[in-house]
Amino acid sequence: MSAETGTAVVVARGLRVRRDEREILAEIDLDVRTGEVLALVGPNGAGKSTLLSVLSGDLQPAAGTVELDGRAIGSFRPLELARRRAVLSQANVVSFPFRVIEIVQMGRSPWIRTAELADDQQAVLEAIRATDIEHLLGRRFTTLSGGEQARVSLARVLAQRTPVVFLDEPTAALDLRHQEDVMRLARELAAQGRAVVVVVHDLSLAGAYADRIALLDGGRLDAVGTPTEVMTADRVGRVYGLDVQIHRLGASDRPIVLPLRD
Amino acid sequence: MSVRSRALALILLLAGVLVGGIVLSAITGQLAITPTEVAGSLLRAIGIDTAWAPTDPIIESTLWVVRFPRIVMALVVGAALAVAGAVMQAIFGNPLAEPGVVGVSSGAALGAATAIVLGASVLGGAGVALFAFLGGLVATLLVYAVSRAGGRTEVVTLLLTGIAVNAIAQAGIAFVLFVADTASREQIVFWQLGSLGGSLWSQVVIVASVTVIGVLLSFALARRYDLLSLGERNARHLGVNVEQLRLVSIVLVALLTGVAVAFTGIIAFVGLVVPHIIRMIIGPAHRGLILASAVGGGALLVLADLMTRTLVSGAELPIGMLTSLVGGPFFFWLLYRQRRRSGGWA
Repeated sequence: MSAETGTAVVVARGLRVRRDEREILAEIDLDVRTGEVLALVGPNGAGKSTLLSVLSGDLQPAAGTVELDGRAIGSFRPLELARRRAVLSQANVVSFPFRVIEIVQMGRSPWIRTAELADDQQAVLEAIRATDIEHLLGRRFTTLSGGEQARVSLARVLAQRTPVVFLDEPTAALDLRHQEDVMRLARELAAQGRAVVVVVHDLSLAGAYADRIALLDGGRLDAVGTPTEVMTADRVGRVYGLDVQIHRLGASDRPIVLPLRD
Repeated sequence: MSVRSRALALILLLAGVLVGGIVLSAITGQLAITPTEVAGSLLRAIGIDTAWAPTDPIIESTLWVVRFPRIVMALVVGAALAVAGAVMQAIFGNPLAEPGVVGVSSGAALGAATAIVLGASVLGGAGVALFAFLGGLVATLLVYAVSRAGGRTEVVTLLLTGIAVNAIAQAGIAFVLFVADTASREQIVFWQLGSLGGSLWSQVVIVASVTVIGVLLSFALARRYDLLSLGERNARHLGVNVEQLRLVSIVLVALLTGVAVAFTGIIAFVGLVVPHIIRMIIGPAHRGLILASAVGGGALLVLADLMTRTLVSGAELPIGMLTSLVGGPFFFWLLYRQRRRSGGWA
């Protein structure tokens, strides 16, 4: 694990992504640092998932650079990359009826024939415990509900044990408790010194658990900073086109975002 | 029982069936030969003289010229087709992909027919195999390029592509038949029905060596096929070089199918039925699946070939007809089940 917290592991400069003549992302500068949870938020179609794809090395930007550990991310071989960063994508369909335990074990595959192999069982066990899927291990992945599949896929990503973790809407299909569990997990990963990037829709959830929030609007970064800095009623209202009020509960400075309702 | 020990148990069971099938096949025929004579003859071949060894030269030559090459051919062709099916299903992310259904076998057949008409005698057995491989390769590439979207293939798209590729290949074969002289025409028609009769050792060697290499290579790639079932993107996140894996696998499918079709004609559905049943027993993990498919495919064709020789006395049924007779309804059942489960042709 990276020794110091706060070191920029992924550095993106001047990112620009076009698709079908349309500008999806423009003028993005962003650092992903060790020991912190960075939340990507924004309205539908703002470019959150695209940005995540670019940062994780899936997508080549039309312009700009992404560096991982000081090296252009495009120059990594797939296996080298798999040992440095794990990605939970939104689509987690499995073609054949593998058992849940087999799916989690697949997360260890980048470490085959390495010293890390000794940690295999430990990593798999921890991932299973952290995502609360012990009772599903013998089931076929294809027979699980959407939320259960999401948690199993998350366990697979955790088992990969990489210094950088990207989570694309990990809470989308989850119930209230498991949403909180997942975000708490993201915090724990950061506490271990890893860098966590997470796309979330729920602004209060982002506000409660992220160290920094990057707010995207129409493919541009509207603001990057601590939840308190980014989550102002003005800014959120403007970006989402909806009047909101920001609450703070008790002594916490974590913002809670609520739409203004009659 | 753990997945691994289940897989091992199944492979051993299938190997038992295979050995039984081989012995049964060796002793059955117009000339009855006893199992001890078969064993004696085999032992003599590796330099151990026993009292069992047949003294009659007719028995000896029946075994070594007629029956053994045919049995080994059935074994390796079955293994090649079953493994080709398993690999194809892995890269298409669809359990219904199969060389026969999708048109790869027809492509290979067109290649082989072309080789026969162009004068296979000049090129020799390897020439037919090479043309079959090229035909199969073009067909696989075509199907792959047309039918996949987002790393997966929908059943409808796959089957429609199969219809188109099959149609083109069959038209090509018809044209080749049309321009062929009478001798080659007869050869092609007979061969098209699919038969293991008249297999020569020289052909068996070609098919066997390609099959062994193909099965070993598929086995080496098995873990990557497991990861590929998570989708191409997720596989890439786990360190799989998806583009490279795809390319190698397409060549692999074309090689295995091409070499299987080259001398025995189209034997369809082996690649569909065998991996499917094995998946139901030991699960989808590809290491066990590929090994068990190789053994199971071999056993299936050895037994099927025995049936073609014995079902109708005095005549020999085309083996391609037999596998389609069994595989067709099986395929139909799979489609029906998949349709019921997903509520449509997803």
